[in-house]
Amino acid sequence: MYDLIVFLPLLGFLIAGLLGPWIGARASEYVTTGFLGVSFVLSWFAFFLVAGGADAHVLVGNWFTSGRLDVAWALRIDTLTAVMLVVVTTVSFLVHVYSIGYMADDPSRPRFFAYLSLFTFAMLMLVTSDNLVQMFFGWEGVGLMSYLLIGFWYEKPSANAAAIKAFVVNRVGDFGFALGIFLVFALTGSVTFDQVFAAAPGIAGRTVHFIGIDWDAWTIACLLLFMGAMGKSAQFLLHTWLPDAMEGPTPVSALIHAATMVTAGVFMVARLSPLFEQSNVALSVVLIVGATTAFFAATVGLVQNDIKRVIAYSTCSQLGYMFVGLGVGGYSLGMFHLFTHAFFKALLFLGAGSVIVAMHHEQDMRRMGGLRREIPFTFWMMTIGTLALTGVGLPFSTIGFAGYVSKDAIVEAAFASHRVGAVYAYWCVVIAAAFTSFYSWRLVFMTFFGERGQFSSWLPAEAHDGHGHGHDDHGHGHGDGRAHESPRVMLVPLAALALGAVIAGVAFRHAFIGAGAEGFWRHSLFLGPILEEMEHVPTLVSLSPTLAMVVGLLVAYYFYIVDRQAPERLAELFPALYRFLLNKWYFDELYDFLFVRPAFAIGRALWKGGDGAIIDGLGPDGLSARVLDVTRGAVKLQSGFVYQYAFAMLLGAAAFATWYLFGGAR
Amino acid sequence: MSGSWILSSLLILPLIGCVCILALPTGNSEATRRNARWIALFATLITFVLSLAAWGRFDPAQPGFQLIEEHAWFSHGILYKLGVDGISMPFVLLTTFLMPIAIAASWGIEIRVKEYMIAFLALETLMIGVFVALDLVLFYLFFEGGLIPMFLIIGVWGHGNRVYAAFKFFLYTFAGSVLMLLAIMAMYWSTGTTDITVLLKTAFDPKIQTWLWLAFFASFAVKMPMWPVHTWLPDAHVEAPTAGSVILAAVLLKMGGYGFIRFSLPMFPDASLYFTPLVYALSVIAIIYTSLVALAQDNMKKLIAYSSVAHMGFVTMGIFALNAQGVQGAVYLMISHGLVSGALFLCVGVLYDRMHSLEIASYGGLVQRMPLYAVAFMLFTMANVGLPGTSGFVGEFLTLIGAFQSNTWVAFFATTGVILSAAYALFLYRRVVFGVIEKAGLKTILDLNPREIAMLLPLGLLVLYYGVHPQPILDASSASIDALLRGVAQAVSATRTAGL
Repeated sequence: MYDLIVFLPLLGFLIAGLLGPWIGARASEYVTTGFLGVSFVLSWFAFFLVAGGADAHVLVGNWFTSGRLDVAWALRIDTLTAVMLVVVTTVSFLVHVYSIGYMADDPSRPRFFAYLSLFTFAMLMLVTSDNLVQMFFGWEGVGLMSYLLIGFWYEKPSANAAAIKAFVVNRVGDFGFALGIFLVFALTGSVTFDQVFAAAPGIAGRTVHFIGIDWDAWTIACLLLFMGAMGKSAQFLLHTWLPDAMEGPTPVSALIHAATMVTAGVFMVARLSPLFEQSNVALSVVLIVGATTAFFAATVGLVQNDIKRVIAYSTCSQLGYMFVGLGVGGYSLGMFHLFTHAFFKALLFLGAGSVIVAMHHEQDMRRMGGLRREIPFTFWMMTIGTLALTGVGLPFSTIGFAGYVSKDAIVEAAFASHRVGAVYAYWCVVIAAAFTSFYSWRLVFMTFFGERGQFSSWLPAEAHDGHGHGHDDHGHGHGDGRAHESPRVMLVPLAALALGAVIAGVAFRHAFIGAGAEGFWRHSLFLGPILEEMEHVPTLVSLSPTLAMVVGLLVAYYFYIVDRQAPERLAELFPALYRFLLNKWYFDELYDFLFVRPAFAIGRALWKGGDGAIIDGLGPDGLSARVLDVTRGAVKLQSGFVYQYAFAMLLGAAAFATWYLFGGAR
Repeated sequence: MSGSWILSSLLILPLIGCVCILALPTGNSEATRRNARWIALFATLITFVLSLAAWGRFDPAQPGFQLIEEHAWFSHGILYKLGVDGISMPFVLLTTFLMPIAIAASWGIEIRVKEYMIAFLALETLMIGVFVALDLVLFYLFFEGGLIPMFLIIGVWGHGNRVYAAFKFFLYTFAGSVLMLLAIMAMYWSTGTTDITVLLKTAFDPKIQTWLWLAFFASFAVKMPMWPVHTWLPDAHVEAPTAGSVILAAVLLKMGGYGFIRFSLPMFPDASLYFTPLVYALSVIAIIYTSLVALAQDNMKKLIAYSSVAHMGFVTMGIFALNAQGVQGAVYLMISHGLVSGALFLCVGVLYDRMHSLEIASYGGLVQRMPLYAVAFMLFTMANVGLPGTSGFVGEFLTLIGAFQSNTWVAFFATTGVILSAAYALFLYRRVVFGVIEKAGLKTILDLNPREIAMLLPLGLLVLYYGVHPQPILDASSASIDALLRGVAQAVSATRTAGL
């Protein structure tokens, strides 16, 4: 059964990918969607089996063996994996169904569905892995599919740029992940989870020498591995690719860039919780990075005008919440928020997709407004998603929309924790909760309330006509300008996700983070005392996220319903701050200046100067030229000197590196 | 054991092809050209089948040499002695597998077809010879002899600036090999034999080892090529015809790495250990430096050539990690790089055949007209980037994990290569394949034809197969490499004890 869950999407990919041109788009859609449907049903079945105590381990084959390094293809099914199986196959299945409607006009549908299914396969390989290397396989595999799907509309230069950016930034994270794997292997002699976890306590406190510095073994190992998580989950400093990833089709944003792939980092930390538990420093870093991301992304979300970008920053911010949950040692808190977030964030993205289709592929909220009357079903679905995201629920109880249950638990845990950085994290997530509420309701009010074009005066002058309406390959005209509700094949997945957004919190609280956690998770992740401690925080703390939510809602209501001039006045009052937020804290510009441009410039300099002038100049070309010079009796010094100095420098650098390594640097 | 004939047959079969082509009527008529092509293809295919038979008789569990043939040749100890072990066997197969593909890639050659095919067949004999020779002089002849056909292939059938490139290639590799010849003579004078199996058991004095190691290093470093003696490679690739690039990247570049594993490590273990920091430094510089240079290239072949230098940096790093993962990873990476870089040069050749340009700027938006090509190019690009699931990953991962256990600095800097390789490879792919077709000439460009599919498909399947199931190659080499590393460790510890 577990092989079917994992390999059916691969089969779907092969059929749609190889036979797509022959069997046609319709058949490709049905085959891939049908296979995922089977995976989805089996996953829920497996979920209840595993929750009942039936763990499983399926050895698929040997991948590679070299010396004492032994890497297997295996499916490790425990509660943690089962939760991910359910999340991945549910959202993936619904996104497949939704895409039948959303992509109906696209000529490359077989390719699209093949990609979706291959992505799902890679994601399932990631979550079922029993060792770090197979996890890395899935990890890079989902990265590849993310790259291909962001760049799905390959004729758009912006999509191509975003795709490369996503892959390369993720590779920066993977650089750390890979080094982390090497270090874990060097420490324990294994990359298989069970063996690594068994060895972990014995190595705790040991010192390792890594790049010239003495580290606590598990601190540096966890920090390196966490670098991978930061890349994949778009955490602060490695977040820049996620907003740009919105260039991809909207179902992709829902599946990959909201519900599943970006949560892989959270899953990784939870999976490796026995290692992270060995290092307070590493957990504090996770906590602080998560809190910073939650706050930072929420601030940027406040002022964005592209409907998908608002939700993208929201995703970034919510991922930060999950890491805060992990960082305080509440791994199940992070996983619970991952679980509920998958439903309501996929709902919001697919709802936004429905809005975008209704608006004839318009994504700028300043051109929207009043859609409540034209697409009421989408409106209600988006409202449910917003209620879940902002965390609406009954105070003094655990009854509420999904986000209320899972997010508020993280806020309480941050307060209850005594870890270094917990106070900072608490304030970050509370303030971010207010911001979340503000930008979420701002989105709803700008899109669905008021009149069409109510904020079009905010559009910059050149954007009125020059603005491309999303991807225009669909050839939609603006028609009568009236928005139409999407077809049923798109609305049913919305309803299914809405159901999850409403009940997922209440229904699963007991098992994930309540009294039943011990029996539910068993040994699949580390359960700390924080679940108990967070029950005893002061009342005001318990109420704080709800209060923050109400504040955000009221301000948004005032700004976008009561006094629509207010946002503009505020922006004029603080122009620098507004531009700072609008330009996403200028991270793109900073990285471009620090890394991208220098890399190309250095590459060119090394090529022309290093290879061309120096090595060739003194090597083969220089040799023949010197011979000629000597025979002419005219040794020209003027040009030679510069190169010789440069060559001496280059040799010096190489000699220094060599000497340093000879000196026993390890 | 000397009753075996199979390795000699591998050497002779391509030569029989040469003779058959020579027997064709002179001139460059259509019939002659066609016959020359088919004869070459058959000769290389039969050689490949025979090499599979050799693999069938090869026992990977045995660490020593197998299928040995030995005949007296020159009176004083110089032997005609052939044999394979787990280290050389994969390279023999790589060579024989790629040759038919290289011949198929040369189907469009119209001038001097007979001579062209003869040059390639002779090259095949020499390349196989390098990997099966068990006598140092014989090895040297094959090793340097391979220069001549490749020199001609670039110089006669190359593109615009071919003479410069051919001489640069010759100068560099010849300069290195002279030193190796001196070292071989020195070894012969001190031991009285050039039998590799005997030399492998000879313990050279550590002081002499240093000089011998350096002399061999000069030759192998150029062949690899290692930084800073790599600059002949981009020029040679740019000017070489497609099949020349394929063989150059896939096989000739592997001779240096093979030489390090076959000679430098086991014969000069103390020197190898002593010079490890030098090799590490050059490897890391190669990985970072050439990856950055690749980022700045405007020419497709130059970009892939620089990428090759970077990958060979991983190989030398893995070899001198001197542990199982490092050396096995190096062998694996060389095989994988043979498949992947060969395929990438074929992909470039497909475009060159159609548009006669290697400039990246001449292309763009090809996916619209060439979907199959886009898939193939994507697959090999990802393998070049070392994506798990392709053969490129296993070798890179093993060399890095091997180096990490030896020196974390080296692994740290080398791992940055995974970021840079993604950047230059995807940037290339984007500029060539994605986007919109704007050049008028590209509007009628055709997708892969059946011959091209037949060339690329086996490579693609192998890249994927060895990505998920690399064990056949790893198993083939593991016994030999274990024995090699044990020998190195013993020799080094013996020297240490003696020195105390």
